[in-house]
Amino acid sequence: MKEELEKIREECQASLALAKSELDLSELRVRMLGRKGTLTQLLKRLGTLPESDRKEIGRQANELKRELETQIEENLHHLREAERKEALRKEKIDVTLPGRRKSFGKKHPLTQILDEIIQIFLRLGFEVVEGPEVELDYYNFEALNIPKGHPAREMQATFFISEDVVLRTHTSPVQVRTMEKKKPPVRVICPGAVYRCDSDPTHSPMFHQVEGLLVDQGITFSDLKGILTVFVHHMFGKETKLRFRPSFFPFTEPSAEIDIECFICEGKGCGVCSGTGWLEILGSGMVDPAVYQFVQYDREQVTGFAFGMGIERIAMLKYGINDIRLFFTNDLRFLKQF
Amino acid sequence: MKVSLNWLKDYVNIQMDLKALIDLLTMGGLEVESAIPLGQEFEKIVVAEIETIRRHPNADRLSLVKVRTSHETFSIVCGASNIREGQKVPLALVGARLPNGLQIKRSKIRGEVSEGMLCSEIELGLGQDASGIMILDSKAPLGANVGEAVGLSDIILDLSVTPNRPDCLSVIGVAREIAALTHQRVQYPNVSSSGGGDEIHHRTSVTLLDPDLCPRYVARLIEGVQVGPSPLWMKNRLEKVGIRSINNIVDVTNYVMMEFGQPLHAFDFDLLEEGRIVVRRAQKGEEFITLDGVKRRLDEEMLMICDGVKPVAIAGVMGGLNSEIRDETRTVLLESAYFHPMNNRRTSKNLGLETEASYRFGRGVDYGRCLIVANRAAAMIQELSGGRVVEGAVDAYPHPLKPPSIRFHVPSVYQILGTEIPAPNIKIYFTNLELEIHEEDDTTWVVTPPTFRADLEREIDLVEEVARLHGYDQIPATLPKGPPSVEAMSREFLLEQRAKEIFIRHGYFEVMTYSFTNPASLDRFQLPSDDNRRRYVSILNPLTEDSTVMRTTLLPGLIETARYNLSHKNSDLKIFELKKVYLAQEGERLPMEKKVLAGIAMGQESELHWATPPRPVDFYDVKGCLEDLFEGMQIQGVQYQKIDRIPFLHPGKAAEISLQGERLGVFGEIHPETLTHYDLPGNVFLFEIDFDLVMKRAKEEKKFYPLPKFPAVVRDLSLVVDEDLETERVEQMIRSFEQPLIRDVTLFDVYQGAPIPLGKKSISYRLRYQANDRTLTDEEVNQHHEMIISRLREILKAELRG
Repeated sequence: MKEELEKIREECQASLALAKSELDLSELRVRMLGRKGTLTQLLKRLGTLPESDRKEIGRQANELKRELETQIEENLHHLREAERKEALRKEKIDVTLPGRRKSFGKKHPLTQILDEIIQIFLRLGFEVVEGPEVELDYYNFEALNIPKGHPAREMQATFFISEDVVLRTHTSPVQVRTMEKKKPPVRVICPGAVYRCDSDPTHSPMFHQVEGLLVDQGITFSDLKGILTVFVHHMFGKETKLRFRPSFFPFTEPSAEIDIECFICEGKGCGVCSGTGWLEILGSGMVDPAVYQFVQYDREQVTGFAFGMGIERIAMLKYGINDIRLFFTNDLRFLKQF
Repeated sequence: MKVSLNWLKDYVNIQMDLKALIDLLTMGGLEVESAIPLGQEFEKIVVAEIETIRRHPNADRLSLVKVRTSHETFSIVCGASNIREGQKVPLALVGARLPNGLQIKRSKIRGEVSEGMLCSEIELGLGQDASGIMILDSKAPLGANVGEAVGLSDIILDLSVTPNRPDCLSVIGVAREIAALTHQRVQYPNVSSSGGGDEIHHRTSVTLLDPDLCPRYVARLIEGVQVGPSPLWMKNRLEKVGIRSINNIVDVTNYVMMEFGQPLHAFDFDLLEEGRIVVRRAQKGEEFITLDGVKRRLDEEMLMICDGVKPVAIAGVMGGLNSEIRDETRTVLLESAYFHPMNNRRTSKNLGLETEASYRFGRGVDYGRCLIVANRAAAMIQELSGGRVVEGAVDAYPHPLKPPSIRFHVPSVYQILGTEIPAPNIKIYFTNLELEIHEEDDTTWVVTPPTFRADLEREIDLVEEVARLHGYDQIPATLPKGPPSVEAMSREFLLEQRAKEIFIRHGYFEVMTYSFTNPASLDRFQLPSDDNRRRYVSILNPLTEDSTVMRTTLLPGLIETARYNLSHKNSDLKIFELKKVYLAQEGERLPMEKKVLAGIAMGQESELHWATPPRPVDFYDVKGCLEDLFEGMQIQGVQYQKIDRIPFLHPGKAAEISLQGERLGVFGEIHPETLTHYDLPGNVFLFEIDFDLVMKRAKEEKKFYPLPKFPAVVRDLSLVVDEDLETERVEQMIRSFEQPLIRDVTLFDVYQGAPIPLGKKSISYRLRYQANDRTLTDEEVNQHHEMIISRLREILKAELRG
């Protein structure tokens, strides 16, 4: 039986060396270790041996059995590893193919600028209100201290609907409407479309403004400077230099125009800033007492300031757009750029 | 307004460099739009003195001239005959380039060397005189640049003057600002008085029939004038600020207008019938020919200057052909008046005639200086035209105007500006501005502005002056103390943003189109005559034929945008607009303004991609986007119904959207006939939603439901039904069975074609069953599912498939 055992051992080794697949190995397992397997059979027959041999041969046979089992397991493991590796080697893709993207649209560049402006003022505690675009002469001019015949009327080429109805030439009438409806404190911004009969690369018959109004007790020109400085720094970057320059609007006094240092030439003077080094971006001023009279605010009790800016102008400056009409042609190739 | 720096220096000391001056003016409220240097073209053309003149040996008409500059002499061959020894003349040196382009070279003329060229006025572009060499002033410094020597080297500042500051529409006005900002007093020119005599009253008179429109009228007479060209210095000054030189009389009126800001008019006195002036309103329909040769039709609110018989000028706007200064004019009547600004502006506007004069009268001139200015001009005319000023002036001024007395409280400065400016400083600012201060007590002053500052009427006007002179940049920046606005929190703005985001996620680009359109676009959409959108608001003065009315729908603008893009090869297009439309309202002055959300989709649904087969955009792409919109707005219960009577929509592929009986909008494929109007191919979809209503119905609150504890079980079912059956009915039916265990009904397949019989379609649903309190068993689910199937078969006469 000893020789038999040696033969089995040799056969096992030979088979293991030959086994190239999982199938070969499981066959070997069945052939040797199965219920009718050669080794199993041999172990069953151990009882027939003389007691003196039984112990030694039994030990060796069991050892062989364990060895074989381990060996088969190990080989199986190696085989599977190699197979997996081979499979992974074959499974490959072209990582440079373009991915599947969602084709999102975009907001109009003017909306993007407007949203940005509004978000800044929302953070500063302002509220968004709107007013009519087809507006009474009274709100667009009269109550803003621009009586009939005032030169400021001629500076705003006006579309008329009737003698006393116009397309609003600015968002300022919303100031008056807001104050009529609401007692101070008032902190609002009013975005919207405005109209002037003008059409060339820098003037559009329809364009957009944002108006702002803050009226309360004890509001001063210093506060105007503070709020608008915060705005400019948020909108154009906190390094932006700005200046407040005396100007004139019939419905504010003192009035100020706000210039920022030209970001194209950094103040040296270029075509965009007409050589001045500054870009005008906001009109503002302390609300004129005459306006308070129209809305029956007590001018002794409250003060406030108003400001306004053109969205197209800011967008044109920010993006370097040279023709205002591009905003309203809505060429997809234009809209996709922003 | 253009102003010459050299001219300014006649009245105020300017030491600073140009940049500082520009800053000073701009930060003082007179914005400098540009500063253009003049006289750069005279490089290498210098002042030279003639030492000797000799005949050219080889040419009778030429002379050999020796000239010297500060330290050199030059030999010049010259053809002019007007030169004399000792005169100063412009010498163009070798290398100079004349304004006409001629390059000066060293040359030999008939054997004699010429080291440059002596120039005439016309060769230097300084005038029209070609008859000889330009003779310069004997005091011109030798070797100096000619441009500087004749006062041409200059800087022209272009100032933007705000409408409240007509006083700055003059050189003295700007000089006054510079003086006030630099703590100086302006040097007014010396003006002689009109003399004590009353000779003028024997010669002429002024009658003001309408003193309300002409509070003051000053007239002076200058006789024995010789009309001719103005001296070069005057021509230069006028031309540099954009005024054409006419003759020595008219030029003086323009010169003094630029100097003082007071427009003047010169009449040929001999052409004034009865030799007198009458100021009156025009008669309605009266006609008058102005200086420019145009016949003007007048109305009864226009003020006219007349002689004893007829009109001779439109007051403060333009003179008449019938009394203008001619070469043979001998006696001049000079007008210096103050006309009612608003009336003047109206006249100028109604006649469509804006002149330098009306620009100033319309904003208000200095009524206090009419006489002084008349005297200044009369003296200049006498000086330049050799005439004699007739003693005395007519000053028709029945009700002298007075500047207001303004009560000024010093603490107001702090209240408005938010910064403490000491009273003595305020006093200095006011004095600099020529305001008179009368102190009632420490903090209350009565301030009287000068007559040229009609814009100063109220305390706030004075506070602004303080701010301006103190410097806006000296006022600190603070943040207001009040509470933030907490009302409504801008709900509409936030909802709009949310809606736009949803469309953008669906690949839509936001567009903005003009609010104007033309009524023909409504015809192209075949809107019936009683449609709401026919009630548009018309613009009285539209810019173009295409923009005569305010839009009542966003669709024409959008479809035009689609057309534009298609013609530029942007054929895959999804666009939307969220803006207002304007609907006229019976009995209301203002239209109703409504926010509408509309859009168009055409071409391919997605961009060309290697892994995604191309697919044209369709009805359900649009519908899906709208469904997402309503979900995003948290609006439940939206219904979609087939609609075949929208004239611009395909009758078989259009739906109306409603919410509890309220119409939210429509969408569908655009009718092929509508498309032909816009040269668009087929398969274009549109939607139009009443966004005001959407905002009204939108909800914001979100609610939490506990997550289910027990698993769901899914079962599919497929039915074969009539092809016309609207699938939504099946889902409604399933829900109507009120099976509490059904959580979801999802339609996942619709199929027509073999083996489904003709006229039928197969529809498949996945149902999800779930209970809150237990895990459902198969038997239980099957039982429910079977029940649903059998009821559907029964009601819909549907076959179960597969």
